[in-house]
Amino acid sequence: MPINYYIFLALALFSIGVAGVLTRRNAIIIFMCIELMLNAVNLLLVAFSKMHHLQMATTNAVAGTDGQLFVFFIMVVAAAEVSVGLAIIVMMYRNIHSVDVNFLNRLKH
Amino acid sequence: MQNALQIVYLIPLLPLIGFLINGLGRNYLSKPVISLVGCGTILASFILSIWVFIQVRGGNTFDPHYFNFISVGKLVIPFAFKIDQLSSLFLLIITGVGFLIHVYSTSYMHEEKPEHFGRYFSYLNLFVFSMLLLVMGANFVILFIGWEGVGLCSYLLIGYWFKNTAYNKAASKAFIMNRIGDLAFLIAIFWLIAKLGTVSFSEVFAATNLAKLKTLDITVITILLFIGATGKSAQIPLYTWLPDAMAGPTPVSALIHAATMVTAGIYMIARSNVLYSMSHITMDIVAYTGLATALLAATIALKQNDIKKVLAYSTVSQLGFMFLALGTGAYVAAVFHVMTHAFFKALLFLGSGSVIHAMSGEQDIRYMGGLSKKLKITFITFLIGCIAIAGIPPFSGFFSKDAILLSAYIKSPVLYGIALFTAMLTAFYMFRLFFITFTGSFRGTEEQKHHLHESPAAMTIPLVILAVLSIIGGLVGVPEAIMHGGDKLTAFLSPVIAQHAEHTVAHSTEYMLMGLSTGLVIVMIIAAWFIFRNYQAKEATGLGKVLENKWYVDEIYDTLIVKPLKKLGSFLNDIFEKNVVDGMVNGVGKLVNYGSRQMRLLQSGQVGAYVLLMVLSMVVFFVIQFFIRK
Repeated sequence: MPINYYIFLALALFSIGVAGVLTRRNAIIIFMCIELMLNAVNLLLVAFSKMHHLQMATTNAVAGTDGQLFVFFIMVVAAAEVSVGLAIIVMMYRNIHSVDVNFLNRLKH
Repeated sequence: MQNALQIVYLIPLLPLIGFLINGLGRNYLSKPVISLVGCGTILASFILSIWVFIQVRGGNTFDPHYFNFISVGKLVIPFAFKIDQLSSLFLLIITGVGFLIHVYSTSYMHEEKPEHFGRYFSYLNLFVFSMLLLVMGANFVILFIGWEGVGLCSYLLIGYWFKNTAYNKAASKAFIMNRIGDLAFLIAIFWLIAKLGTVSFSEVFAATNLAKLKTLDITVITILLFIGATGKSAQIPLYTWLPDAMAGPTPVSALIHAATMVTAGIYMIARSNVLYSMSHITMDIVAYTGLATALLAATIALKQNDIKKVLAYSTVSQLGFMFLALGTGAYVAAVFHVMTHAFFKALLFLGSGSVIHAMSGEQDIRYMGGLSKKLKITFITFLIGCIAIAGIPPFSGFFSKDAILLSAYIKSPVLYGIALFTAMLTAFYMFRLFFITFTGSFRGTEEQKHHLHESPAAMTIPLVILAVLSIIGGLVGVPEAIMHGGDKLTAFLSPVIAQHAEHTVAHSTEYMLMGLSTGLVIVMIIAAWFIFRNYQAKEATGLGKVLENKWYVDEIYDTLIVKPLKKLGSFLNDIFEKNVVDGMVNGVGKLVNYGSRQMRLLQSGQVGAYVLLMVLSMVVFFVIQFFIRK
């Protein structure tokens, strides 16, 4: 299967994520869009790692494994981020009874 | 073996010590102590100078090197002295005449408060120190230090009575005029460093180095040095400070005019005679400038009524003569005239000081007259000074002036004619001054008449010594035509000032020239006697008024230079400063203020807006990465 498909899929996922972050006001949906972008990157990393391994396997048995390692790192960081982010969103809801980020402009003043 | 001249460093050091003692202790020392320190240090220097002179006369020259003053890369400027025939002669003049002026000052300034008395003597010592440094320096930089030093001291001493605004202005004028010349001098030094990499006299004047210089370089350097000399030695166009320098106490005028300061330019050119002889253009410029100055100043002196102003213009005129001698290649004659001039000009100034002292500060000769009866010693010595400056044999002025006239004659009869005319004017204005002051009837107030008295011994003894020197001082340079081997000065200076085998004139011509100048001078003196023996002051008219106002040169300078500069200054202050400079400074502030007010609008506080900006800027970076950098 050509690598192009993976790249287009990842690009589509990433663009959907960016568009979602830019346009949506609901904090939880923005959060989900961020996850979408992270996973688009993960997908790319896995795809390239596999491609790399296929090409280099004859000379280097462990070629491309570092890409997969990165994916795990990103998943760990994303999980941590989700826990912190959701906590912030809970606190936000408690304070302003809404999860609309446009109400969060207190820093301006 | 150590050189017998090892101790020459004491000659400038002693006046410096005197300066420090009197300068620092002026509030504690009594007047006798101050006088003793001031005169004693100079006397010690004088005795040392005599000893040095005797040594040098015996053929022992000395170039001590003390330490490296400046050492940068290849350029090394040593702090070194050069003791040779020329500098030892100047040492004698400076310390000798300087000492007499110091002694005179102790009496002349006795009414000053002790602290001002101390200040005065410390300045005098510093003045002598600077001048000694100037003539002893073995390179142009040490010379320049002394050069600046005398400029500073002249400023300090001219403005000695600092509570008088006019005197302060005269002091500033002297300083600024000198600065203009000093700038040219500095550029000449830089030029020498750029071309030769050295400023030492012995190296610059070495034939191998001179061969490296193009004619243009030599011409530019010598002209720049000459501009420096015009400032210090009061030549056109920078001479106007010297007559104004009369604001200082009279002994200071004597010091400036006779022993120190104004002779610096002559010394410098005589020292650089090798360079000057190589540029005919510069020589002509020097000669014509000197002659023009001599004539201009002599005409002004004809109509001045301030006793010191007459003498001041006569100094400018005599300096013009010296430059004429330098310009016609008669360096020895110029140095000779410096020497004789130092004697009779110091005598005349100190004499005028004695007159002013007797007249309780009155300087206007229109209110004097008939002083010969009351001031016998001053009268006789002043007469000797006048005869010497007029140039009647065998007084000293005759020999030196004759040598200058002769060299002018060799150069061109036209120069000679103008110089002779100037010499006649000199005799006329000096005897006008003499007759108005000392003969006729007294024209001052009764109170002044009652107060008239001869000055104390501390003032008259220097007068007598200087009078003797004015009479016999010329005998060191008796022309060859009168006495074979009489021109000892030329022979003495020959190692420093090379003699050119230029065409000389027959002895008969020389006799004729001497007879002509002496005869004309006597005629002028008799004319002055008939016109001024019973002088009555009257308003000057026509040309006389122009002369009385010094050809309006000060006014012309004022209109052409000072006023435009002031206009420019007030323009820069009122318009440029307020609008442009302030505008720029305030503009920066306003720009930042306005810019930050606009930037503030970007801070919406909306998370979406921030993210959008972030994404957009990332896109921009990607675009740059892809389309522009590659």
